[in-house]
Amino acid sequence: MTDELFVVEDLTVTLPTSRGPVDVVKDVSFTVGRDDTLGIVGESGSGKSMTALAVLGLLPPGARTSGSVRLDGRELLGQSEGELRSVRGNAISMVFQDPLSSLNPYYTVGLQIEEGYRAHRGGSKRAARQVAIEAMERVRIPDAARRVDDYPHQFSGGQRQRIMIAMALCCSPSLLIADEPTTALDVTVQAQILELLAELQTQTGTGLIFITHDLAVISSIARRVLVMCAGDPVEYGTAEQVFSDPRHEYTRTLLDAVPRIDDEVML
Amino acid sequence: MTVAGPRTPTLLEVEEVGLAGDPGGGPPTSTGRILGKLARDKAALLCLVFLLIVVLMAVFAPLITKLSGWGPDEFDSGAINSDLGGVPHGSLGGISGEHWFGVEPQNGRDLFARIVYGARVSITIALSATVLTGILGVVFGLLAGFYRGWVDQAISRVMDFLMAFPALIFMIAILSSLPAGNRPVLLVVVISAFGWPYLARVIRGQTMTLANREFVEAARASGAKNVALVFREILPNLRGSIIVMTTLSVPGYIGTEAGLSFLGVGVTPPTASWGQMISSSVSWYSVDPMFFAIPGTFLFLTVLSLTVLGDKIRSVIDAGEAT
Repeated sequence: MTDELFVVEDLTVTLPTSRGPVDVVKDVSFTVGRDDTLGIVGESGSGKSMTALAVLGLLPPGARTSGSVRLDGRELLGQSEGELRSVRGNAISMVFQDPLSSLNPYYTVGLQIEEGYRAHRGGSKRAARQVAIEAMERVRIPDAARRVDDYPHQFSGGQRQRIMIAMALCCSPSLLIADEPTTALDVTVQAQILELLAELQTQTGTGLIFITHDLAVISSIARRVLVMCAGDPVEYGTAEQVFSDPRHEYTRTLLDAVPRIDDEVML
Repeated sequence: MTVAGPRTPTLLEVEEVGLAGDPGGGPPTSTGRILGKLARDKAALLCLVFLLIVVLMAVFAPLITKLSGWGPDEFDSGAINSDLGGVPHGSLGGISGEHWFGVEPQNGRDLFARIVYGARVSITIALSATVLTGILGVVFGLLAGFYRGWVDQAISRVMDFLMAFPALIFMIAILSSLPAGNRPVLLVVVISAFGWPYLARVIRGQTMTLANREFVEAARASGAKNVALVFREILPNLRGSIIVMTTLSVPGYIGTEAGLSFLGVGVTPPTASWGQMISSSVSWYSVDPMFFAIPGTFLFLTVLSLTVLGDKIRSVIDAGEAT
């Protein structure tokens, strides 16, 4: 299994609460290969986002982690803040749920992309600007050379999410974590973003972890699926396996909760 | 949409202006936009013009007094009636072509020159105190709001202590007990020491809100250092509050400086200061009311202008952030 890009083994996250420590993620294990997509599904509070934050060392203060998180064979868990900082946004990038609040309203989008790039790669302002324009072109923002100087509020919701993706990909990370990237968008825009992610992935070979509560989205994008419930990894397997033959009660409940057009409506 | 004839409907004009000055409703209210809005507001413009005059007076004080003929420390014994205990000659406190604002009773120093030099003292002290409190307030507010925990505890307790402290009494005590070395510097330090918590408290609260915003989290996830998060992500978004809080604090510091000088613990005598002039006019108010009225009017108008201007800036920024 040496060709596996990203390996998580027995990851446990414990948060301190007023009623003592609580395990919000329990013994989660999964692997993501190059050009591979893992979907993490679960309802709100099931520990999906905590898993992602733990991987980047972005947990709230006081949180404890155990297990192992390896990127290209390099252990990330328990690394110093400085080490992790050089990984964040560089080898592992993250795209958040709400694209408007993820962008600083004070700066132009170009500046924000440039900043992330220059923080890791250095180089001149001019070169970084060129990178920003190219990144925006790659996510198909029309007229990128001009729009690079626009502020976040001048873009539509879908465009903002594209910009977030451009920002995440500008350092060519080997792993991209998308935490509910399409939840705040309407369905048509959602489809475009998914298409874009899939396309960029085939171009760059980036591993993708896609976190969502939307089973339809997962079934269209993920090769492997991890189902989480209250911090427990309840089911892990290929997408076909999980969706056609769910082993676990919880997965079945989740699947049954999806409304179908041919369902009989009880009135 | 051309309007023929005279442009009478003023209401319509206001609406037009409002739309034209709104470039897509950008969240950060640009400096140009603030100035543009203020320039269209008559009251704000009036305040701005008055303050500009005072500032110019302060900056070019030596040139202006050369023009008016009398320096701030020159005694004109010819302008006062020594038989009457030093009451100025002529009505209205001796206002004449020679002495534009009249003279000080008893020793005949030129009031205009002293007002001009007094503006220097007031403005220098108020602005330095504002800059110092601004820096202290922003830095400690950011630290407390961003790091939380014990850093916040420590800073917040110091702020509580300073705000609960009877500051005026302490200022009087400390200023009268210390040697009168460099009084203006001492004034600035003492005023700032008690002034910064008011700004810091606001900055702390807003930093806490901003630190939880997703763009800060996103910047952290893309590998930004804490310093970068504080200064590049959070600080610029606090600009509006900082501008409003500091403009509104300048008149307070001018008042404090005048008050302390009035009480005799501020600027030491040969140096002119508005508060000191008002203080020495008290014993002359019945025979020479102009001696009190002139510095009083300057102090009042300066403080009023700054307060009105601060208020106007606040409403422009609030409106900008609401869109």
